[in-house]
Amino acid sequence: MAQATITEHGEHEPTTTGLNHRKMLMWAFLGSDCMFFGSLIATYLVYKNKSLAGPIPEDVFSILLTSVSTFVLLMSSMSMVLAYAALTRGRMKTFRIWLASTIIMGATFVGFQVFEFHAFVNHEVVVECDHINPADLTPVELEVSAGCVDGVHEVEKVVGLTPKTNLFGSTFFTLTGFHGAHVTLGLIWLTSLFLLSFKKGMVTPEKNLDVDLAALYWHFVDVVWIIIFTVVYLFGVFPGF
Amino acid sequence: MTTVAFPIPRPKHPTGVWNWITTIDHKKIGVLYGVTAFLLFLTGGLEALLIRIQLASPGHEFVSPEVYNQLFTMHGTTMIFLAIMPLSAAFFNFVVPLQIGARDVAFPRLNAFSYWTFLSGAIILKLSWFLGGATNAGWFGYAPLTSMSQNPGTGIDFWIISLQVLGVASLAASFNFIVTIINMRAPGMSFMRLPLFTWMTFLTAILVVLAFPVITVALIELYFDRAFGMNFFNVINGGNPVLWQHLFWVFGHPEVYILILPAMGIVSDIIPTFSKKPLFGYNAIVLAGAIIAFMGWMVWSHHMFTVGLGPIPVTVFTLTTMAIAVPTGVKIFNWMGTIWGGSMDLRTPMLFALGFIAMFTIGGISGVMHSMASSDAQQQDTYFIVAHIHYVLFGGAIFAILAGIYYWFPKITGRMYNETLGKLNFWVTFIGFNIAFFPQHFLGMDGMPRRIYTYSEGMGWDLWNMVSTIGALILGAGMLLFMHNIVRSWRKGELADGDPWDGRTLEWSIPSPPPEYNFAEIPTVYDRDDWWAKKRGNVKHGVPVSGGSGEEEHSIHMPQPSYWPLVVALGICIIGYGLVYSYTVATVGTIIGVIGVYAWSFEPVNDPEDEDDAAH
Amino acid sequence: MLVLAMLTIIGAIALACTPSHNQSTFDTLGPVAENQAFIFIVIFWVGAFVFVAVEGALIYAVFKFKRRPGDGDPVQVHGNTRLEIAWTIAPIIILIIAAVPTVQGIFYAAEAPIPPSEGGLEVDAIGHQWWFEFRYPHPDNPGEQIVFANELHIPVGEPVTFNLGSVDVIHSLWVPKLAGKVDMIPNNDNSLWLQADEPGVFFGQCAEFCGVSHANMKFKVVAESRSEFDAWLQSQSQSAFEPAEPLAVQGKELFKSAGCTGCHATKSIMKLSKDGKKLPGRIGPNLTHMASRINLVAMLDNTEIGNAEPNDYMLQRNLKDWISNPEEIKPGNIMSAQAAVYTDPSKALEEHEIDALVAYLLTLK
Repeated sequence: MAQATITEHGEHEPTTTGLNHRKMLMWAFLGSDCMFFGSLIATYLVYKNKSLAGPIPEDVFSILLTSVSTFVLLMSSMSMVLAYAALTRGRMKTFRIWLASTIIMGATFVGFQVFEFHAFVNHEVVVECDHINPADLTPVELEVSAGCVDGVHEVEKVVGLTPKTNLFGSTFFTLTGFHGAHVTLGLIWLTSLFLLSFKKGMVTPEKNLDVDLAALYWHFVDVVWIIIFTVVYLFGVFPGF
Repeated sequence: MTTVAFPIPRPKHPTGVWNWITTIDHKKIGVLYGVTAFLLFLTGGLEALLIRIQLASPGHEFVSPEVYNQLFTMHGTTMIFLAIMPLSAAFFNFVVPLQIGARDVAFPRLNAFSYWTFLSGAIILKLSWFLGGATNAGWFGYAPLTSMSQNPGTGIDFWIISLQVLGVASLAASFNFIVTIINMRAPGMSFMRLPLFTWMTFLTAILVVLAFPVITVALIELYFDRAFGMNFFNVINGGNPVLWQHLFWVFGHPEVYILILPAMGIVSDIIPTFSKKPLFGYNAIVLAGAIIAFMGWMVWSHHMFTVGLGPIPVTVFTLTTMAIAVPTGVKIFNWMGTIWGGSMDLRTPMLFALGFIAMFTIGGISGVMHSMASSDAQQQDTYFIVAHIHYVLFGGAIFAILAGIYYWFPKITGRMYNETLGKLNFWVTFIGFNIAFFPQHFLGMDGMPRRIYTYSEGMGWDLWNMVSTIGALILGAGMLLFMHNIVRSWRKGELADGDPWDGRTLEWSIPSPPPEYNFAEIPTVYDRDDWWAKKRGNVKHGVPVSGGSGEEEHSIHMPQPSYWPLVVALGICIIGYGLVYSYTVATVGTIIGVIGVYAWSFEPVNDPEDEDDAAH
Repeated sequence: MLVLAMLTIIGAIALACTPSHNQSTFDTLGPVAENQAFIFIVIFWVGAFVFVAVEGALIYAVFKFKRRPGDGDPVQVHGNTRLEIAWTIAPIIILIIAAVPTVQGIFYAAEAPIPPSEGGLEVDAIGHQWWFEFRYPHPDNPGEQIVFANELHIPVGEPVTFNLGSVDVIHSLWVPKLAGKVDMIPNNDNSLWLQADEPGVFFGQCAEFCGVSHANMKFKVVAESRSEFDAWLQSQSQSAFEPAEPLAVQGKELFKSAGCTGCHATKSIMKLSKDGKKLPGRIGPNLTHMASRINLVAMLDNTEIGNAEPNDYMLQRNLKDWISNPEEIKPGNIMSAQAAVYTDPSKALEEHEIDALVAYLLTLK
């Protein structure tokens, strides 16, 4: 005889597969989120190298900077794993420390993004007139270099990249913006868990599923970033793609 | 008690309007979906009748072209998103837990949330008629006609936002059903013993989860172009309108399978029941459904055969589209195999189910004609396509839904509908439908494009347009008959018992209407069509007792009602209007939504204190 | 039963096939349309067979297997693997057979047998809301295009390649009796080819929803002998006739002073840019030889259907109606929305002014 008791959080309800309902829900949700990011990435790729004017990836990307922020985000996934492990072992203090690290690193990543967006919008093109090889210049640099008349050694002009500027601007900001929004939502979630953990009985080893779900989401957001970093940044700057 | 800053008691409304507003019972939510969707279906039908009246004669000036363009756009959008999908959802909700032997869905509050969010989306879309004009660029909204420069009003924005809101509702419901069907089946109910309707629900839910995000992205990109001057479809800055078409149809084609698979599931349950034979080739029908769902991802550009993709992509999509006719045909042949040699009960549900087979076959044949890209070059954008669409979506999906309403009516309401009225309803609908839509095949091959508000004299289109309009009016009469039958029978129909059809599946093993907890004792399942097997005594073990012994009633704990799904849905509705009118309003909506989400997550499924009151 | 089915099908064919209608896809007068209709006929008969088989079986089953009082349960058959395999394989085979001419047709319609690169005739067709702009390369002067609107002439028996474009939204070029349609999409280089095998006047209509007056966006294709075509093209490339009659002269001045020349050119030659690019034309149709056309504003007939020459009386009446109240004839049209004589009541045309304009326009043969 199967019973039908549904207790608090449904944690102990028997399920046909043995997997928890909410875990399955999170996986189904992540499946749909894959299609969401997939469509944004597809749009980006369709319009790659098709902008008619304005800055292109080589103009604005700083692979060094973005590599650092990527590393930070990756490390935050590691600290998330450690946080969850600590919780399941009942080490609440360790749990809070690793969770806080995750939040701080995630927030750092978002900070980098904000800085980057700001830099792109205010991007300044600098052309040094003395050693120009037109073949090496991007279209925007070429335009700015028109100011290299007699006696001028260096031309500077702000040619910002905004979502309205060109196809690259629209697709880049939309894709990375939505990713950043996902990270931010994750940060709100993790911070909520962090604060709740101070209230007795709210975050416990028995209720580790709550943290497990947040961790799953956090890892997903990280994996999406790896794909974006590769397809948008690396492929955008290194020749042959 | 929810444990937020201040205690908010759970709603406790055993009856009345508030009971319906705070319910999380899948059966009530199913009824809410069904009634709401049917009313919206009527608005879509009204839009259609206005279209047909305008087209009844050449040069007719019944409505202006501006209004006409809104009419056909809203008709399509309404029928797809506000009629067929939620009518199917009504059945997902009511029937699936019963068919798998569960007491509710995996996430009852999420279920309620889906309904209220759907209602928000419906309101946002339909009210646009009165708020400066409805959307007017076709249900498929091709760029650049949807751009701000072409369409500066709010109609397009309401369309975008309502589809996003409806998408949230559909996604939430689909997540719910995927988990429910995988994780809440009664003991012994393996996947290959599931009733076909539940199987098709499962496949449909997977399609929704994967397809809706694509249109979400397309709509976001369009919204960004309109609201923020971005360039996704901005031709001046190099944007390509064909990108919209690809994104839209990568969603749009799976969407048509989302529309038809549940209908096929309904028919696959009705036909065996009314033939007193098991479904012929169960495995093949399940496999065919899965293949259709899978291959549905590979055919989308058959909606774009005239877009100039080039002969090689067009050839590929022609071949994949022709291929998908095969599993579709298999289903039709298997249904035929089911009725062949059966003992047919020709009451109303069966009439509509047989009507489905007959009409869907015609729609399928014209579909194969479209799949062949060379002849499609003449058919695309003509009334030939309009005919095809209506044969598969009205003659197909709607007929199946009507069949399902009649079939499950006794289970839902505890009363029987009037059989004479039902038969009359069927014949009037069947005749009206064919008179309305068969001539449209002729009009299409005769060169009449679609989406035109009028046509000239001398084109030779007068006769069939008039005939089609008359058919539409007859069809409308059929729908009035349907409503009359349903409303009257709901109020005063003869009482029905748990199993009026000598059914095969688990929902017929419990009383009509089912008690709140569905099954007094969760059954153990030993076979496909387990209930039939138990009745006929062909069972390995187990005692066939309808309704169960009732002994365990007092220890059944049901999930309790909640305010929060409604609050979050309300927040989303406000966000929706805010995104059209004012970001301040959207922020207010966000705050409401966030409060709702937090309160929801702190609220236990049922309050420990209230456990004893739960089951009654 | 079978008789009933046959009658239904024959009835359907009889009712549907009305080749005499202006845009019937069964009256194929060119090789592309013929090919496409052939494929339709092939699948029509396959479909008819399936229709008879399935619907016939359904009706038969309903009578034969109807439950009678006192009947017990029928045999609980679960399936028949061999039958199921058979009815899976049979459609596959039929579809493969049908696929062959279909794919051939796709490639056939994709490129003209004599493409422009090999000297075949080509024409630019540019969609506007809600009219068709056409441009032929000047036969004698490279670097020049002859521009006109809404009525296209082609030589009989020669394939013509259309370079399709649009200045605003997606349109679609469709001449049902000659070929299936291809869409005209901004920023996309689509093309189609067609050929008329007989002389005549063919109806065309825009086949992609393009806004308020989509229903009114039509055009005509006139197929004629090569010599007639050459003569027509020659005349289209001439400058506009100078009016002599006083009312028409007055109309010409008014045409300029009322601002019409802002949107309507009366010079039919356009030069390519220095680097050989085609330049955008003006907002409105080129009117240099508009009085020689058999349709006006893409929707009004200037002659009896089938005639290739305009009837001046009808043309005059159409012109007067159009200029007097364009919004009523073609709702949403850009002229009503933007031209000062329509938007500014103080500048509205009076009847004698309209008469003068009409007199002038009638001279633009």
